Amino acid sequence: MSDPRHHLLSVLVENKAGVLTRVASLFARRGYNIFSLAVAPTDDPRLSRISIVVDVESSPLEQVIAQLDKLINVVEITELHPDEAREAELLLVTVSAGADARAQVIQLAGVFGGQIVDVGRDALTVMLAGAPEGLDDFEDLMGSYGIVELQRTGRVALPKLRADSGAASAALTAESA
Amino acid sequence: MQLTGAQALVKSLETQGVEVMFGLPGGCILPVYDPIIESPIRHILVRHEQGAGHMAEGYAHVTGRPGVAIVTSGPGATNIVTPLCDAYMDSIPIVVITGQVPTGAIGTDAFQEADTTGITMGVTKHNWLVTDAADIPRVIAEAFHVATTGRPGPVLVDVPKDVSLQTMEWYWPDSLDLPGYRPPSHPDAKAIADAAELITAARRPVIYAGGGILKSHASAALRELAEMTGIPVVTTLMARGAFPDSHPLCLGMPGMHGNYTAVTAMQQADLLIALGSRFDDRVTGKVSAFAPHAKVIHVDIDKAEIGKVRRPEIGIVADCRLATEALVSALTPRAAAGELEPARLADWIAQLRHWQERFPLAYDDAVETDATGSSAGGHPPLLKPQFVLETLRDNTPAGTILASGVGQHQMWASQYWHFERPNTWVNSGGLGTMGFAVPAAIGAKVGRPDAMVWAVDGDGCFQMTAQELVTASAERIPVKIAILNNAYLGMVRQWQHMFYEERYSEVYLSPDLPDYVGWAESMGCVGLRVEHPEEVLPAIDKANQIDDRPVVVDFRTDSMEQVFPMVPAGASNDDIVVHPSQRDRLAAS
Repeated sequence: MSDPRHHLLSVLVENKAGVLTRVASLFARRGYNIFSLAVAPTDDPRLSRISIVVDVESSPLEQVIAQLDKLINVVEITELHPDEAREAELLLVTVSAGADARAQVIQLAGVFGGQIVDVGRDALTVMLAGAPEGLDDFEDLMGSYGIVELQRTGRVALPKLRADSGAASAALTAESA
Repeated sequence: MQLTGAQALVKSLETQGVEVMFGLPGGCILPVYDPIIESPIRHILVRHEQGAGHMAEGYAHVTGRPGVAIVTSGPGATNIVTPLCDAYMDSIPIVVITGQVPTGAIGTDAFQEADTTGITMGVTKHNWLVTDAADIPRVIAEAFHVATTGRPGPVLVDVPKDVSLQTMEWYWPDSLDLPGYRPPSHPDAKAIADAAELITAARRPVIYAGGGILKSHASAALRELAEMTGIPVVTTLMARGAFPDSHPLCLGMPGMHGNYTAVTAMQQADLLIALGSRFDDRVTGKVSAFAPHAKVIHVDIDKAEIGKVRRPEIGIVADCRLATEALVSALTPRAAAGELEPARLADWIAQLRHWQERFPLAYDDAVETDATGSSAGGHPPLLKPQFVLETLRDNTPAGTILASGVGQHQMWASQYWHFERPNTWVNSGGLGTMGFAVPAAIGAKVGRPDAMVWAVDGDGCFQMTAQELVTASAERIPVKIAILNNAYLGMVRQWQHMFYEERYSEVYLSPDLPDYVGWAESMGCVGLRVEHPEEVLPAIDKANQIDDRPVVVDFRTDSMEQVFPMVPAGASNDDIVVHPSQRDRLAAS
């Protein structure tokens, strides 16, 4: 992760009404800054996973984690270090591009592995998923064409698998089968 | 067995062993009030929902059991937000039941609708909105478990009216499903061993005992630790009574209005053993200047308290009693090996005794004044609030429970009372809620009918919740209220005196508007008025003899009196301001 103040917390919570509010309101009342936040149910419907990027300029990360852990609905908190995690983010961007620029944008999107999901007379919309840094670079490039609208999901992540771990071999086996 | 949600709620409370609840009915909680008629649970009808919350707190303070309050939706719920916040700050276990508009009406701005779980999210340990009557026993069991385990605190259960009216098949859960709630209990053995090492090596140690000692029933363990090691103990505002004031190792209260020795001992310490205390700003003063030479051992059941304010050398996340007992066990062989001989702390103890002799609590004797306030004589002496408290302290039975409001009277009460037993001091420490005393004293008396309960209140505080004395009279709860009536919002006045060049802004209240004696009598209490020192003892004796109704004594005290010592807000504890009569001594020492 580029900004050293940013820390990614992967928070497993009970999938119950109001849990996201509890997390968000805790951050608000303790003065912690959320840089980005993504939430969805896990494979176990009783649980959801919240990926929070915390900006820890104001308070130490361990204090943020300890306060978060006091919420009754928070089941587990893992800090994911960038070099030990697979991170991904999705970006949708509508770029102003007339006939003359269209080809360049399509080509750049192709270089980054993006998809053109919509095309209009003077603009087109690109979807790009991948590591957040790549999205940052792509966003910078698109800026020179003129960004009409942009939406990023915020990063999600899971721990990297180690080659010798059981989970990794299981995944590899599944892949080869 | 088929029950309505309302019946299931009351039966759940009975199953939890609730003996009393404090409440006031209204539209959305009406269904629950019907089965209350048949229930063995005593219901005390309050005059304002804030009173119900503080009564539940007072009950919990003195019994260690969770206090229960029940109120309606909307304004009933919002009126109890202050007690919830108070209990949250002071880690008091209370369970509040609120009515809610029917589930179909939630979100429509219905009559008496409020987003109760949303509003109280930040002031409860947890809260629940029940949407199915079948959930009621499970939620009530969870609510009591969460309120009373780990770091105790307030919880709230919001019950929509239609849920109270639904029917359900009665059950009682045999286990709880709270996968994210695992309160700590036993301390880490390595941390205890390291702590024992630091304790043995220290030469200027202080035990900094907080409210966690009382919550975890660790008073006996604390005494054992102190006596085995010879280490002196300060008891914070929330821990008064956790260690007997009469004990030679007790230094009393530290902090903004703590005594000189307690404050300075912490400043000069080489080791602070913080047991269930949280380095509150009222204790530390300016944090960067607090106890600069001290290593810190911090025991708390709440992991988030470790390092929140001051980073400890050793942090121990555990139940305070279990950790204190573990420290005693770890130190026992060291004591046997002669490593804890009193001589090692002789210089330190001598220094503390020296400070105690030079800087005891002090106030000016009452002087006769004339009409202009000069001391030329003629008028009887003004009543000193400290003198009232000393007289009350010395003329009430051992084990008397003392409740207090918030302000000067609270600080004098904590300073001048001699607390000898746990759970005999009921006050609002963290939130500083004016108006706490009267309802909290009532709740305390309900929980401990065998004990004498006095509340020390200010005239400003009294006016905020006095109507609960109607509740006390109606329910025959004979509490005794000592109003230290100085006709001012005294603590604010003191700050304006010291920090705003005596520009008194909106602090004058008048000594006789209202007429406190007349007001007390109109509420079914005995009202007494005391204006002169010689009347103090007879009034207290008379109040002590009345056991069939509440008593209110209006003590007309000296408006000018200030609380000393004082560490100005934001200042270092080294800059403690002692009583004027001791200031030259401070310069000399």
